[in-house]
Amino acid sequence: MDLQYAQSWLDDILNEVSLQFQKVPGSAIFLRYVKSSYQNDPVRSAVEFFLVVFAIFYLLSPKYSTQKKSYVTLSDEEIDELVEDWTPEPLVAPQTPFEETENEKRPVIVGPTGPKSRLSNGRTVTNLASYNFYNLVTNETLKEKAIQVLRNYGVGPCSPPGFYGTQDVHIKTEGDIAAHLGASACIMYAQAFSTISSVIPAFSKRGDIIVADRAVNYAIRKGIQISRSTVRWYDHNDVEDMERVLEKVVREQRKKPLTRRFIVTEGLFENVGDMVDLPKIIELKLKYKFRLILDETWSYGVLGRTGRGITEHQNVDVAEVDMIIGSLAGPLCGGGGFCAGSDEIVEHQRISAAAYTFSAALPAMLATTASEVISMLQTNPEMLTPLRDNIKAMWTQLDPRSDWVYCTSSPDNPIMLLALKPELILSRKLSIADQEQLLQDVVDECLTNGVLITRVKSMPRPVNATTKDIGWELQPALKVCVTCGLTRKEIEKAGITIRHAVTKVVTKRRS
Amino acid sequence: MSRRALNPFASTYPPNHSTTTTYNEKYDMPRRASTPRVKKFANFFSTSPKSKSETQTATAALLAAAASQQLNTPSTQISSPSLSLPTISLSTARADSANMDEPPTTLFQPPSPAEARRIAKAHAQFGPLGHHTHRYTSRHQGGSFPEPVMDEPPYYYLLTTYLSYLILIIFGHVRDYFGKRFRKQDYRHLQAHDGYAALNSDFDNFYIRRLKMRINDCFARPVTGVPGRYITLIDRKSDDHNLHFKLTGTTTETLNMSSYNYLGFAQSEGPCADFVEDNIKRYGVTVNSARADVGTSDLHVEAEELIARFVGKESAMVFSMGFGTNATSFPALIGKGCLLISDELNHASIRFGARLSGAMIEMFKHNDVKDLERLLREVISQGQPRTHRPWKRILVVVEGLYSMEGTMCNLPGLVALKKKYKFNLFVDEAHSIGALGPKGRGVCDYFGIDPSEVDILMGTLTKSFGANGGYIAGDKAIIDKLRVTNAGSIYGESPAPPVLAQICSALRIIAGEFIPGQGEERLQRLAFNSRYLRLGLKRLGFIVYGHDDSPIIPVLLYNPAKMPAFSHEMLKRKISVVVVGYPATPLVSSRARFCVSAAHTKDDLDRLLEACDEIGNVLQLKFSSGVAGGAEPLPEGISLEMEKEWKRAQKGTIQGEMNFQPPRWKLEDVLKRGVQDVKVPLR
Ligand SMILES: Cc1ncc(COP(=O)(O)O)c(C=O)c1O
Repeated sequence: MDLQYAQSWLDDILNEVSLQFQKVPGSAIFLRYVKSSYQNDPVRSAVEFFLVVFAIFYLLSPKYSTQKKSYVTLSDEEIDELVEDWTPEPLVAPQTPFEETENEKRPVIVGPTGPKSRLSNGRTVTNLASYNFYNLVTNETLKEKAIQVLRNYGVGPCSPPGFYGTQDVHIKTEGDIAAHLGASACIMYAQAFSTISSVIPAFSKRGDIIVADRAVNYAIRKGIQISRSTVRWYDHNDVEDMERVLEKVVREQRKKPLTRRFIVTEGLFENVGDMVDLPKIIELKLKYKFRLILDETWSYGVLGRTGRGITEHQNVDVAEVDMIIGSLAGPLCGGGGFCAGSDEIVEHQRISAAAYTFSAALPAMLATTASEVISMLQTNPEMLTPLRDNIKAMWTQLDPRSDWVYCTSSPDNPIMLLALKPELILSRKLSIADQEQLLQDVVDECLTNGVLITRVKSMPRPVNATTKDIGWELQPALKVCVTCGLTRKEIEKAGITIRHAVTKVVTKRRS
Repeated sequence: MSRRALNPFASTYPPNHSTTTTYNEKYDMPRRASTPRVKKFANFFSTSPKSKSETQTATAALLAAAASQQLNTPSTQISSPSLSLPTISLSTARADSANMDEPPTTLFQPPSPAEARRIAKAHAQFGPLGHHTHRYTSRHQGGSFPEPVMDEPPYYYLLTTYLSYLILIIFGHVRDYFGKRFRKQDYRHLQAHDGYAALNSDFDNFYIRRLKMRINDCFARPVTGVPGRYITLIDRKSDDHNLHFKLTGTTTETLNMSSYNYLGFAQSEGPCADFVEDNIKRYGVTVNSARADVGTSDLHVEAEELIARFVGKESAMVFSMGFGTNATSFPALIGKGCLLISDELNHASIRFGARLSGAMIEMFKHNDVKDLERLLREVISQGQPRTHRPWKRILVVVEGLYSMEGTMCNLPGLVALKKKYKFNLFVDEAHSIGALGPKGRGVCDYFGIDPSEVDILMGTLTKSFGANGGYIAGDKAIIDKLRVTNAGSIYGESPAPPVLAQICSALRIIAGEFIPGQGEERLQRLAFNSRYLRLGLKRLGFIVYGHDDSPIIPVLLYNPAKMPAFSHEMLKRKISVVVVGYPATPLVSSRARFCVSAAHTKDDLDRLLEACDEIGNVLQLKFSSGVAGGAEPLPEGISLEMEKEWKRAQKGTIQGEMNFQPPRWKLEDVLKRGVQDVKVPLR
């Protein structure tokens, strides 16, 4: 009785369902399809049925991300406990003793920077540590110019260049630099150090290829890191190795879609002081179809007859170099950095170089003083002569005469880097840290004798870096910056002081 | 003749009013002989014999002409540039500010032309305070920190915005399609040639080429002179659809609503500029070295001490660029095994630094403390990915004041979380330092929170102080370590002496050590101006983002075509504004941004409000729903505390849930009620 009742109820329902089903548009087609397919191939219907079920199941199943495979599900109490347990390390590691003394001994100059500078301990010393090559810091014309600008523009432009921060003085200075270099356009950044770190990633992206000198400076390295491009290093200033790398890149990439390729190097190397062989690099770049990004931070305003930099010094057409990056903050007595190149290259940076778009423009007075020094260099190239004479004078005091150090810089570089001779390092088994300590002692000894010099600082290591992350290490060296503000006599005297200080520290150490 | 008598304001203030004296002190700038100045100015561009011919640049010539014009104008307190502008709201302002009612006696003995010019110039950089009531103190009023209400426009506007972009993109592609076939040379730089890949990828460049280029004349407008209360634009025009611009040789002085000149320190006259001049004479303009070498002078030490004292930390260090400060500080603080948790809207420089550091990066929803807590619980309990080792440290990075949103970080919420979750807190005070807090000392000051609760206070000197560069402040141990590990101090050029002089003098003025009263006036005028403009815009019916005390006021435009239209209409009314759209903002929410300054007077803001009112009608920008404020005044006898009760009662009678009326005030009412309503919580 019960069963019968249930059966008729089921029948009713089925009837109702099929009636409703037939009302659905397309149901007849669906039925016909199922029927015919079942007649032809029952297995297939079964497979299809399972596929449909799987699809529904898949769509309804909770989403999970492939990234968090190792995600552990925890209860709230467990999380609270873990939070309780977690003890972070202090925000910075404690200072090492070497760092502590460095902080203590950092010289503080009272008053202006000049060939003779007064320190906070009251002593006046011969300053061979500032990039004051032309002794223009205290130049009255520059001061006068700066004050004029101050009285017309105030100090800061208070805006990024893209939003009302581009002042006529910036446009003018950009034009002056481009004209001086012979490039078609130029863009100015608010800090020289940040310039190339933004220029590289503005052009080179993930998948692009950068071939770089192993000794390039910290800012270039950071630019490469941000760009996420593939980087290949070649041995420092070794054009043969460079050619090998270029060829290898071209060979490897032959089958792949064409990507942007760049060579990045420096004019005068910040960490070594020597000079690049630009004509050879241009030749290779043209042969292998790379673009050249040349960091002239240390050579612009220094090399060449009118201070145009390495292109003038080595007689290279500026148009062959795709991008020239330089500094206005050193001997040019202004501030900020620049990148010169074609219009396309410059305009692209105005919207896509991070340090340009997202930072306030350079104070007008710093742009003007730089532009003023550039015009001095152009109209009065003789002002470079005393500097070159002084470099020679200093060089003769140090490089051939010292038994312990040699100069790694190019003879045209006013920044003389003096490294310990390899024999000395080998015979005493001096580690990098030992060398730094020894050179710091030399710096201190020089200061005691009234000569202010400094040394090349090692590149800051990434926090928590393992030895694997460190890579290329620069050669510790003394840094002696020659200036034309001293007479030949004074330079020679300072050179002797430095030489004797080296001898004293090295020989004392031995005993 | 005493100078005080020359000052047209001197006679208009009641002598016993305390603010008056400080005010007059402030503008008693040492006078320079005028003739050499003129000559200097004429010589200004002749940097080299080569450019002698440029001496009479258009700008110089024009400015000289403008200056000579000023000679003929009678001496009024309004600088002549503003007279030549459409005098929009002067009448209302006159009625408002008592000092204008009686004609200043000095009108009848006009000051010497040089003096008139000097005053006009000073006022073009920093407007005189219209009335002593135009001040307010920027301070969190206690209670929980409110989330800013984000109003939404009707769907119609969102839909048309998407449609506009769609049309722009389709048009762009059509133009590209034909362009690539018929004007090959224009596309050459986007295609590989001679074996070189294109420098710009066609795809990346599309937005710039086809969308931004259309409105390029709204960006990077060249300027000259001081970016103070007014800013002088160098006029330009384009004959090839913004591809190139030609300077027309004229300039336009506009009301400056665009510079980050919060406290009005962008000045070429006055105590700061004088101090800077003295220091240029003493130090020259540069120190020619990195900080770690010999780039530290006594001025650097002094600036660092002042900054540390100002922000309430043990130690501080200065850098020559704010962007670079962030770019180099993160790699010195965190690295492998560390986690950086960043607000999703953090500035590019923070992202730049974070990426360089090599630490893991997670983001949380903008200003959402709950989302941050969820994330913290997850990351601390899970530890490092794969290894599940505990994090070495977690650094939460927020900005004090967000430059595109006008929102402040929820510092009380963050500090509470910090106590529980033990992370380190880094606050980028680029925009908030100087601009917030009763003493201008940033978000900590604003919320009354001890600066020691925040591990690292970073900020820039580019904005409120009218200088350049950045600083980072913290415990002595931290800063000492950073001095030797931060690449910016090892390799970056040291800040220039004139810039440091500007910083030092500005800090001293704000702190009241230098010319007591002036710093306070600046701070309070900024706070008043910010609230006044914000309230006015809300009442007119605009959708405005951000917190009430924020000097950054974004006005939402939505449709992309309204960006150039708004900018052009404003320019027609001689007001310069910043418009921003995608990619700096989400695609739909294009906006115009006003940066309020202490240098603005109430009249300036009234002028702006009137312009906004007109433009808002023409461009249909008044679409707020009322949820974010701008409500009609409460009836007599109902106080703010009673508002809730009253509303509830109203709801019963009016029927339905419509609690908010879209505010569409008339301009007159906005101007009339503004000053008094700014002093109470905005609604
Ligand atoms: C939050 C934030 N940090 C850093 C900076 C960079 O500062 P600067 O312009 O001094 O380079 C800015 C400037 O726009 C900013 O908004």
